[in-house]
Amino acid sequence: MIDASLATLAAALAAKQVSSLELTQAFLARIAALNGTFNAFVTVATEQALAEARAADARIAAGESGPLLGVPIAHKDIFCTQGLPTTCGSKMLANFVSPYDAHVVTQLRRAGAVMLGKCNMDEFAMGSSNETSFFGPVRNPWRQAAVPGGSSGGSAAAVAARMVPAATGTDTGGSIRQPAAFSGISGLKPTYGVCSRYGMVAFASSLDQAGPMARSAEDLATLLGAMAGFDPRDSTSLERPTENYARHFGQSLSGLRIGLPREYFSEGVDPAVASAVREAVRWFESQGARTIEVTLPNTQLSVPCYYVLAPAEASSNLSRFDGVRYGHRARQYDDLAAMYANSRAEGFGAEVKRRILIGTYVLSQGYYDAYYLQAQKLRRLVANDFAQAFTQCDLILGPTAPSTAFDLGSKNGDPVQMYLNDIFTIAVNLAGLPGMSIPCGFDTRGLPIGLQIIGNYFAESQMLAAAHAYQQATDWHQRTPTEVAL
Amino acid sequence: MALDLEQIRRVARLARITVNEAEARASAEQLNGVMDLIAQMQAVDTTGIAPMSHALDVVQRLRADVVSETDQRSAYQAIAPAVEAGLYLVPKVIE
Amino acid sequence: MSDWEVVIGLETHAQLATQSKIFSGASTAFGAAPNTQASAVDIALPGVLPVLNAQAVALAIRFGLAIGATVAPRSVFARKNYFYPDLPKGYQISQYELPVVQHGTLKIVTDAGEKTVRILRAHLEEDAGKSLHEGLPEGLSQSVSGIDLNRAGTPLLEIVTEPDLRSSAEAVAYARALHGLVRWIGICDGNMQEGSFRCDANVSVRKFGAPLGTRCEIKNLNSFRFMERAIEFEVRRQIECIEDGGTVVQETRLYDPDRDETRAMRSKEDAHDYRYFPDPDLLPLAISAEEIEQVRRAMPELPQAKRTRFETQYQLSSYDASMLTSSLEHAEYFEACVQAAKGEAKLCANWQNGELAAALNRANLDIAQSPVPAAALGGLVCRLVDGTLSSKLAKEVFEAMWLGEHGGLADAIIEAKGLRQISDQGAIEAMVDEVLAANADNVAQFRAGKEKAFNALVGQVMKRTKGKANPAQVNDLLRQKLNASA
Repeated sequence: MIDASLATLAAALAAKQVSSLELTQAFLARIAALNGTFNAFVTVATEQALAEARAADARIAAGESGPLLGVPIAHKDIFCTQGLPTTCGSKMLANFVSPYDAHVVTQLRRAGAVMLGKCNMDEFAMGSSNETSFFGPVRNPWRQAAVPGGSSGGSAAAVAARMVPAATGTDTGGSIRQPAAFSGISGLKPTYGVCSRYGMVAFASSLDQAGPMARSAEDLATLLGAMAGFDPRDSTSLERPTENYARHFGQSLSGLRIGLPREYFSEGVDPAVASAVREAVRWFESQGARTIEVTLPNTQLSVPCYYVLAPAEASSNLSRFDGVRYGHRARQYDDLAAMYANSRAEGFGAEVKRRILIGTYVLSQGYYDAYYLQAQKLRRLVANDFAQAFTQCDLILGPTAPSTAFDLGSKNGDPVQMYLNDIFTIAVNLAGLPGMSIPCGFDTRGLPIGLQIIGNYFAESQMLAAAHAYQQATDWHQRTPTEVAL
Repeated sequence: MALDLEQIRRVARLARITVNEAEARASAEQLNGVMDLIAQMQAVDTTGIAPMSHALDVVQRLRADVVSETDQRSAYQAIAPAVEAGLYLVPKVIE
Repeated sequence: MSDWEVVIGLETHAQLATQSKIFSGASTAFGAAPNTQASAVDIALPGVLPVLNAQAVALAIRFGLAIGATVAPRSVFARKNYFYPDLPKGYQISQYELPVVQHGTLKIVTDAGEKTVRILRAHLEEDAGKSLHEGLPEGLSQSVSGIDLNRAGTPLLEIVTEPDLRSSAEAVAYARALHGLVRWIGICDGNMQEGSFRCDANVSVRKFGAPLGTRCEIKNLNSFRFMERAIEFEVRRQIECIEDGGTVVQETRLYDPDRDETRAMRSKEDAHDYRYFPDPDLLPLAISAEEIEQVRRAMPELPQAKRTRFETQYQLSSYDASMLTSSLEHAEYFEACVQAAKGEAKLCANWQNGELAAALNRANLDIAQSPVPAAALGGLVCRLVDGTLSSKLAKEVFEAMWLGEHGGLADAIIEAKGLRQISDQGAIEAMVDEVLAANADNVAQFRAGKEKAFNALVGQVMKRTKGKANPAQVNDLLRQKLNASA
């Protein structure tokens, strides 16, 4: 059962072959055994999970059924959960217990999912390695010395290590897709506006989007179905009819036009990654898909563009953490200004402070036009690149990240090296497009490789269908991490 | 465009983050590395390009003018560092 | 002082008359216990998001139409970033580059005549909370301030003039005219004590013909009297400063009514860098021509239009018409009065602007608080028209109505006090005959050419009827009889 898909679990629950309580206990035991090593969870909600499991069992006994009813899940610790700590991986919120639930949390609660706990993450989602968490780094289930990716590294590692069947994540510049790639799982960032941001602690509001992380495309479709939906509390939430994201499963890939961006198959990509991705592309061709070379000329520039816009928005979003109404307040200060400055200096870690300073700088008088406005114009060019490419193709395929998981501490000293790791994921957020990552092979050290699938706006079902077809033919997504036994 | 220590101190002051001399020096190199990365943007001619603020080209939805919130003060203030008589307390504000 | 020109621009914050806040569903009612009307959005909990109040937009459009401005088809909300404990997000949501109302005008009248003041813009924004420095329990007030966020998020329309005002008198005339207008069109209750209508003045001085001088912004002008005095103080201060060889420093100053002076605000000393940028949580506000039309249709008749209509429809003098349109309450009172008086507009105007205005003035009451309702005054006018009352009797009836005697109704008072005018020709003739017979000496004097004697005869008739005889009839009959028997 630890290794089963969501569909299998739901079927077993409905058939009363297993109770939600039993499942929940099994996964909690798994967390108890493994979390000490991998640090994937910041909070394990044992009592609450058991209560939710009992409630789910009662609903099942009453004849209810549903794809997530009684199924254990976990939330990235960026989603506010009433009555449980929501830390965002920060000392600033180490003792923050949210008085309300995020929309996504409410949706999954309604669906009857049992929340096992809150997953570790880079502080305020700022990082690509999960090393910036105040609660310590997460370790990669495929290699303990390696990072799981970030910022949704805890969610990725927890799913990969079978501590939980599926989890939520958020993706501002690749924070679902890159850890999914590094940890050998599947992850999807929907079109901006598909999942409500209400109750998701904001990093860069115009880029942030919640999405599902699970072992397979099929599981992603199930979880996304429960997460998505209009929310009047988020002005950027889209009013769209509800979708069955698995509705295209089983359709032929024949005639599918696959765009291969020249820039995603360039020199900077690790040869093992390039070769695995090409192998995956060949499989799609073997199924009748046509490949077309496309160009996304502003790929390189999407990195500086992102590292202006995201910090600028973050610098403003994080101003509310001032120690007045909640969160960390310094013990020592002489006056109001010092209370602010000391609380924030103590509460935020180095990477968060760095981004706040950069964001403050690029918005400040005299620099706005050269940095912020220029970045907003580049953002338009990046989006235009995709619009042009999607006139020629249905889906874009490429690597999720230029390399496989790197070792803890190996990129800590140089933020620029760390930022460049996001080169293939960032542009998707700038454009607001959906993107996903699925496992497509391993490098020579046995570390997983991610295949990125990018779709046009609202093409989630089409992307999931393509990924599902691939996963029906391959077993990369079913491999068990070497560092954990089943 | 390199950030000197004075600029770092100014930005830190604007951002209300205490940065001591040693921290300012230590962060200068890393910040300037990032600023060099950012500087790559300057090479692009963006004349006539409309800035893009939002991921999607949609307009603001409006809310009906209805009071929908009830008093949650005790729940909200339970997590506050310092309250008294229903007020959030801060060091004296000088006008 | 005569060679100095004073240049003033006013920024007015008018609190929009909505039920709920501009970005949250919390109540805007004044006077609630601290922080009981501060919702999750208002206190800026992590993860919460703003959603714009439709009524705030409609009221802004109404104002734009009232001042003949352009209502922007597309306007943008920005974040104004600064730290202050009464600003929970660390930024204020406001309109910066693209305000909703652009380029209107407002006519003002001073002793110097009529003048058109240009209004540069009016934009929507949220109010901040309050920092309380006094009234804290147990001597805390020495070292701490208390923050009440009930007001945070209250919708404001900030109305900004061009620097068109040239004296404190013009500034006050503008502020009064604007105050009248916002109340007239029902977008703001205008309550200055509760802070619903607040003005800041940008004041500078220059030699005539010279370029604009350095301006100071004076805050906290919460009455028209304070505004006048603060500007006058500030003008004197600036002129003295320059004449003493100094230079005016651009700064924000606070008016202290107790000392009748302005002083620099300490908290605003360090130059601000607000780092405005478009709020990523809010999308562009689109207003269609149709929506503008809808507001236009629901718009009350504006003062100028009403005044012109009163002049033509009721054939009133421009003085009367302007008095009767000095506020919406005056105009509504008048039209209700005319209706009750069956269209006798001129008499209604005379009574409203005469007896009623004088009585209200003596009692220091607004027309809305008049003890004599419009319908009652109209009833009185009817009795004048139909000859039941002479104007002298009418004044007596009015006094009784003012005091609320006999239900405050003219007919009841006339009946109860027997104040009905005697208009019966036969009855008057009989009394005239009696008086002529009893006062032969007066008759003789009259015939000898003494006009005074005629008045004495009239007085005798009136005395016999206790003042109730119709004076015109008495006059006519007396003359008839005196001439006939001559």
